[in-house]
Amino acid sequence: MEIKRKESDFIVTVSPHVRSVETVPRIMWTVVVSLLPALLCGVYFFGLRVIFVTALCIVGALFSEWFVEKLAGKPITIGDGSAFLSGLLLGLTMPVTVPFYIPLISSFIAVGITKQIFGGIGYNIFNPALIGRAFALITWPRAMTSWVEPSKMFDLNNIGAAFSNIGMWLDGKTSATPLGILKLEGIAKVFEPYAAKADLYMNLLIGQRAGSIGETSVIAILIGALFLMLRRYISWHIPVSYLATVGLFSWILGGKEGLFTGDALLHVLSGGLMLGAFFMATDYVTSPSVKKGRLVFGFGCGILTVLIRLKAGYPEGVMFAILIMNCFAPLIDRNLKQKVFGLRKGK
Amino acid sequence: MLHHEEPEKINYLKTVLVGIFKDNTIFRLAISLCPAIAVTNSMKTALMMGIAVVFVQIMVNITVSALRYVINPKVRIPVYMLIISGWVTVIDLLTAAFFTQIYKQMGLYIQLIVAFASILARAEFFASKNRMVPSFFDGLGMGLGFLLALTVISFFRELLGKGSLIGLQLINAKPLLIMLLPAGGFLTTGLLMGFFNWIDMRFYGGKGAGGATDQ
Repeated sequence: MEIKRKESDFIVTVSPHVRSVETVPRIMWTVVVSLLPALLCGVYFFGLRVIFVTALCIVGALFSEWFVEKLAGKPITIGDGSAFLSGLLLGLTMPVTVPFYIPLISSFIAVGITKQIFGGIGYNIFNPALIGRAFALITWPRAMTSWVEPSKMFDLNNIGAAFSNIGMWLDGKTSATPLGILKLEGIAKVFEPYAAKADLYMNLLIGQRAGSIGETSVIAILIGALFLMLRRYISWHIPVSYLATVGLFSWILGGKEGLFTGDALLHVLSGGLMLGAFFMATDYVTSPSVKKGRLVFGFGCGILTVLIRLKAGYPEGVMFAILIMNCFAPLIDRNLKQKVFGLRKGK
Repeated sequence: MLHHEEPEKINYLKTVLVGIFKDNTIFRLAISLCPAIAVTNSMKTALMMGIAVVFVQIMVNITVSALRYVINPKVRIPVYMLIISGWVTVIDLLTAAFFTQIYKQMGLYIQLIVAFASILARAEFFASKNRMVPSFFDGLGMGLGFLLALTVISFFRELLGKGSLIGLQLINAKPLLIMLLPAGGFLTTGLLMGFFNWIDMRFYGGKGAGGATDQ
């Protein structure tokens, strides 16, 4: 029997021939979904103002994307989720107490300047959300480091508490992050309120500590990250080498009594490390695409994080570490690129 | 090359405008950025710096133009450097004598005018080929362009960083602390550069506000 073929079956075109269903919007919105557990944990611990701050960041990011693309006469891409994701990530790195203008201005810096002015999606050198946060931290150092004690604001018996403080944070109950205490008062003070060391680790895992909106709960972040890894949207290389390096070097250098006495677990579980390692260092655009390069990238981030945490002025170094390594991503890629078979040396 | 045939007529206004807009040191040529970032976190120091550069640029241009038949082309760069450093010393001592307060704030940036690419470039490209009067206007234009750029940058940086203008406190707050830091300087300069490019493209078809297409 003769197989009937259309004429178009014989037309040969240039590659790619196989098209994946994975598109930029699909990936971006999946990452947004994977961040929801962290966001919900933030709401649980810090109240509904979390939603307000995050929404301001997202609105600011979407508006900046639209505004700059409109000015530049480029097609409007606010629907592809990348600006939404940057806004959400920025929101998750803010303390819940920030005044309303900080999310708006820093989301413009994040998306309008860091991403759009450098050429839009795929062309930015630095992670937009992190630049937004760095800008905010340098510009409003006090507002960006006034943490509050998590207080289970979303308690069903006292639903009113969840709605308090939405417009502006009025409660005076401030607290320091574990890393902040570690920097200023030493490791003994970190463990002081707890009967056993394990209690502190448990609290860090659940997220019962002062900190940015989305960084506190390690479990919530791991759920989202696991989801992304199962979908193969992020690979294990960067997070694992990042966390391992931080653990190793904080164990070696972190102790007061000499080498190899640091508390590695405390360093790995606290700060913005989990959020940074899984969701920011793995950003496609600003991290190396070669597997070996990703290991090097994570290693560099880890060393810088430990150095900033232990030796520099800031208590937390994840943000600056990732930003510094972002500069090196193209260099890493170029030097660890797989050799093409058959290519002569020196060409 | 040195004894270039001089043009019949030079439109002086156009020469000045080219220096201010089309060949603006900071916004168009993107040279001498180091002082543009370093001294622009207050308008006082920026204005002082700009005025010093206008002075040095004009005097160097006139001197080089006057000596253009005397200078041996083989050693012209060292000679230009000597002339430039001479005039920089003059403005350095003048500022130190009459504006001691600002001079202290600016540190060594007045002396650093010696290393300005723009001043040597104008001596080489313009003053050594042209008569003294056009050279004067060229120096005026380039200097004013630099002064304008520094004034605009420092206007935004001081207003946003300290809430004041020329030392006068307008707002009793520091809205954007980052503007006082080098990062804010780069940010402001970059955004203004983009803004001037946009004006250029939008209203002058990319030819520059001076209207000249080629020198």
